Parts: sequence; structure tokens; C-alpha cells
Amino acid sequence: MLADKDRIFTNLYGQHDWGLDGARARGAWDGSKAILEKGRDAIINEVKASGQRGRGGAGFATGLKWSFMPKQVDRPHYLVINADESEPGTCKDREIMRYDPHLLVEGSLIAGCAMGASTCYIYIRGEFIRERENLEAAVQQAYDAKLIGKNNIHGFDFDIVVHHGAGAYICGEETALLESLEGKKGQPRLKPPFPANMGLYGCPTTVNNVETIAQVPDIMRRGAAWFAGIGRPNNTGTKLYCISGHVERPCTVEEEMGIPLRELIEKQAGGVRGGWDNLLAVIPGGSSMPLVPAGADQADTLLMDFDGCRDKKTSLGTAAVIVMDKSTDIVKAMARISYFYKHESCGQCTPCREGMGWMWRVLTRMAEGRAQKREIDMLWEVTTQIEGHTICAFGDGAAWPVQGLLRHFRPEIEKRIDEYTANPHPEPVSVAAE
Amino acid sequence: MSVRRLAEKQPPSFAFTPDNLSWAKARIAKYPPGRQQSAVIPILWRAQQQAGGWLPQKAIEATAELLGMAKIRVFEVATFYTMFNLAPVGRFHVQLCGTTPCMLRGSEELKKVCHRMIGEETEVTADGTFSWIEVECLGACVNAPMVQINADYYEDLTPETFTRVINDFSNGRTPKPGPQIDRINSAPVGGPTTLTDPSLFAAKEKSSGPTDRPDDKAKKPGEAANMREAPMPKPPIADATDPRRN
Repeated sequence: MLADKDRIFTNLYGQHDWGLDGARARGAWDGSKAILEKGRDAIINEVKASGQRGRGGAGFATGLKWSFMPKQVDRPHYLVINADESEPGTCKDREIMRYDPHLLVEGSLIAGCAMGASTCYIYIRGEFIRERENLEAAVQQAYDAKLIGKNNIHGFDFDIVVHHGAGAYICGEETALLESLEGKKGQPRLKPPFPANMGLYGCPTTVNNVETIAQVPDIMRRGAAWFAGIGRPNNTGTKLYCISGHVERPCTVEEEMGIPLRELIEKQAGGVRGGWDNLLAVIPGGSSMPLVPAGADQADTLLMDFDGCRDKKTSLGTAAVIVMDKSTDIVKAMARISYFYKHESCGQCTPCREGMGWMWRVLTRMAEGRAQKREIDMLWEVTTQIEGHTICAFGDGAAWPVQGLLRHFRPEIEKRIDEYTANPHPEPVSVAAE
Repeated sequence: MSVRRLAEKQPPSFAFTPDNLSWAKARIAKYPPGRQQSAVIPILWRAQQQAGGWLPQKAIEATAELLGMAKIRVFEVATFYTMFNLAPVGRFHVQLCGTTPCMLRGSEELKKVCHRMIGEETEVTADGTFSWIEVECLGACVNAPMVQINADYYEDLTPETFTRVINDFSNGRTPKPGPQIDRINSAPVGGPTTLTDPSLFAAKEKSSGPTDRPDDKAKKPGEAANMREAPMPKPPIADATDPRRN
């Protein structure tokens, strides 16, 4: 278990002052000038050496991403912070923005310096109204204390603008976010060109997650070796885990990467409701990731980091652990996730726009057993037709949870179909159009 | 995608109040020159607040005029983003999260409370006080099930506490937002299991006044770890059975 002194987010639960004085007392803004004076390359190298991987879901190496920004600053460079946290199960950035916003503001300054960006946009989801108020207040405090802005004490002119969305999950996708920031519908762009060359307003842009950026000041202060010493090689550092669903005490907690799932749930969240043996399945990384069923070679031995999750054919994603015990109607739960994706599809690509509704309708019937067994294979086929055939990863993220369900719970669906057909029903069982 | 259309009954006119107009001008100035379109979502949001929680057609057109955008571009934005209510809502607009993490912890029971106390989804009560809608994940999953009422989150609800919250609103009281059980925000029930080391917060008392060290003379971080050229240190092999240490 991670020691308290190694935790970055020391005001995670909002028990202390989130303002500038409180943040300073907890170590924020300490020696920021010395960090910036090291220069662009030194900061990038330090973050590279720390092995930090993006905390927003994809797990791309942060330092490497920053190094893609052009060295010449002949047009504006932008840092955009993705605070559009809407992945079901995920509520970690919210805690940072409302209770530790200065870590984010300071991290933005350091990251901005590392990529030659003099302007930072923080795109926060529209529903987080109170969180936005705290974040805006923190940015204003930083301006007032001349920590950021023109002619600040750090000698690096840097502006932060807090921008907000209005309730579209897809705006968490980086190019959709940029579209939305430009005042358009949030529909993802084709890549290439990548944002590092042509992003916001056609200028070089890097989009990072809130948690990624908020960890940077501590990495710089305590050194890459400290960060790299936590967790496993290639999966270093600490991570905010959100444990929701059927556990005794759901919570958000900062732990080391690679903590075994069982240890995480039992030590921090009071264990699965009704004991570990009552576990049915767990979604380890937010709703876009395939579920992992209970079992000795599955959830029991799952290590919560990027490689550990990959070994179980799932992904760490945002580290939002959704726990489901044996009382769960697993097919219905997954059908609800499909409904989420149907609701949130931006409508740009046909496989996603049409496929999401199709999957939801079929899964809803399967939850009742009102389906044909051959539709199970058809559903699998459809998920593979969506996956990889859309502009952005939304299609993949919607297909994977259904694939996870079919991979591990096919007998459950077949049982329901058998039970339904064993009883007389006045209406014929409908079949999805092929 | 969700199908979203403008309401049939529309007010005849809309004009930004002088306060909102100057606020909008300040907002536009935050973006680079010529990029005023970026301000469309914040300004539409402001227009929605001014119009009483929903976005009439005239407000959308006024926003287009203010930003020098084609009307259709603003209509696209207003219909794309689901937080823009295209039809009137109640004074207290309840957004109930129904996505899986909340569903697992009983949001369907809360939906019954909404049906019982408010009525049909998206319909405004006769006195104009309440309306409710089921929305997708609001990002407070460890505090599930939860609802958002106007700007505030009400978390860790049960049908009983949710009924109490709605009753409070209809009686003119504003219940305390956040968890409705004995719990500190997103910490586990019964108190945090982490961040209990008092030395983390020891500096708090010392620095209640202005810091003795000005920011431009801040201390340099220790260089030992940063300057080391050795490869990443491996943690000691404390316990060979620990699966993380393989």
C-alpha cells in the first residue's frame, strides 16, 4: 500500500483549504521558478524518465507526447487540458478540480513551458458547475499572485482560460474537444494531421488529461526517480482509482499503479458487498473497457495497471473500477452501457451512429431472453464491424464492453433465451434485420 | 444520437441584458482575435440562464448575431449539446443519472420517486416548480446514485432522502448539496482510509501568515534524484511472493 507521504493529491477529500494558501501549505507552487529555469528539454526529459503515461485512458507516454510539439515557436502553441470527464465510473478529475486546483494550474504552467505554449485552455464539462467555480477562482488567485499571466514572477508569460462544454461525452475525445473549443459541434477530426501539428485554430496543440498535468509539479519537485520507483516498470507512479458499484464503501483513492484489484477493493473500498466470493464481474477502467469476470485467472489476479489489464484482455482506461456482485443483471447492466453510447454517439460515422442503437435494441431483448441464439453471433459480428471502422475510438469503446459480455457471459444469455422460449408467449420473437 | 428539436411555442423576442452583454464581450476577449466563435457555448449557456433555464429560438438567433456567426452554425451547437434545454424546464430542474454505476446502486428507485413526486419525464409541473430528465453519467460515480438539481449535485441518495430533498425544495428550503449520508465527499463511509498522516498537513499551522520566502527566491528542489544518470531504480525485493515485483 502506498505511504501517505507518496501521495500527490493530499486534499482529495476536500478536508483542507483548496485555495492558494492551503495549496502552498501542502507544497504547491514551491520552487516553480527553478523548475521552469531548467528549460524545455530538461522538463521533457524528466517527465520521460519518470515513465509517466497519460491518465486519461489511452496511456500514451506523456514526455514523448510533449516532444512531438515543434521546437520552433513561429505560431502560437496551445496546451489544452481535457477536463471533460464523462466516462461512466470515472470521477477523479472532479476531485482535483474542486479540491486541489492549484496542482492543475501549476502543472499547466510547467507543461506549457515544456511545449512552448503561452496559452492554456482547460475544457471542463458543463455539468461540473461548482467544480468550474473553484477552478476559475484558483486561476484568478494565481493571476492575482502573479504566478501566471503577463510579466509573472516565473518569467514565462502564460495565460489560462477555463472553458466549458455543455454535456457531450464525445468532447472528451481530443479532436472533438478541439472542435468544440472552436465553437462547433463536437465531432472528431480525421488524423493525421495530428494536433501536435494542426490542432486548435490550426496551431500546434497538445491535449492532456487533468490528472496527468496535476501530477507533473510533484514529478518535477520530487524527481523522476521517485515517481519511477512506484509501481512496475512501464507502469510507474500513482493513480487515482474510483471504486464504484457493489462495494461496501465506494470511494476515490490514490494508490500505486499495479496494485492487485482484490487488495484495492478490500483495503480501500471495504470489499465486495457480501464478500469477495460474491463478485460476478468487474469493469476495471470505465465503461468503455471489457469486463473481467470473477475467477482465479481473471479478477482474482488482476493487477491494476496498463500491462496488468492488457493481460486480461481489457484495459486500465481511467482506472474507474465498477464492481458488480452476483445480484447484478449483467446483460441489463451492459444494455444500459450500450444505451449510453447510443445516446452519446456524435452521429458522424455510420457504423457508430446506426450500430449503437442496433446493439442496444438487441441487448435489451437479450436481457429479457426475447432473442434468437444465432443473434449472439450476429451481435459479435456487428461489434467487429464497428470496431476500427470509425474516425475516433468511440466506436471501439462502445464495441468492447459488448464483446466482453459475449466473451464471458454467453451461457447466461443462452440460458435466458432458453427460459423465454420454454414458456408460451403471445407475440413471436423478433429477429434483428441482418 | 438523441433527436432534439426546438419547442413549438416560442417567446416572440429575446435580448441580452446589459450585464450579460458586457459579460459576453469579456468572454469573447478571452479567445484570439477572429476566433469569437469559440465563445458560443458559454454565451448560449448564459442566454439559457437569462431565459429561465431553456433556450428559445430567438436567444439562439441573438447569440448568432452577437458572434457574427451563421444562424445554422449556432442551431447546430444548440441542438448537439444536451445541456441546452430546447423546451421550458421547471424552476428546479432535476437531472437524474441513470447510467450503469448509478443503476447498480439504485437509480431506478429514484426514477420512481421522480414519477411519483414530479410526473412524466421532461414535463414541467403545473406550478412551474419542477421538471426532471434522465441523463447520462454525471461523473460522481463513487457517490452513486445521484442527481443534479440546477447547479448542485445531491449524492448518495436513497428514495427516502431524495424525497426529502425534493420536499425541501418545494417548501422553499435549499438542502445541503453533496452526500446525503454521513460521509466526507468521495472518501469512504466511516472516514478516509488514506491521507491520515498528520505530518502531511503540519506545514499548515506554520504558514498561516504570509510565507517568509518570496516566490521569486523559492528554494531549488533537491538535485540528487534528478541528476542521477543511473537507470530507473528497482524497488527492493522485499517479498518474493508479491506478484507486483515479478
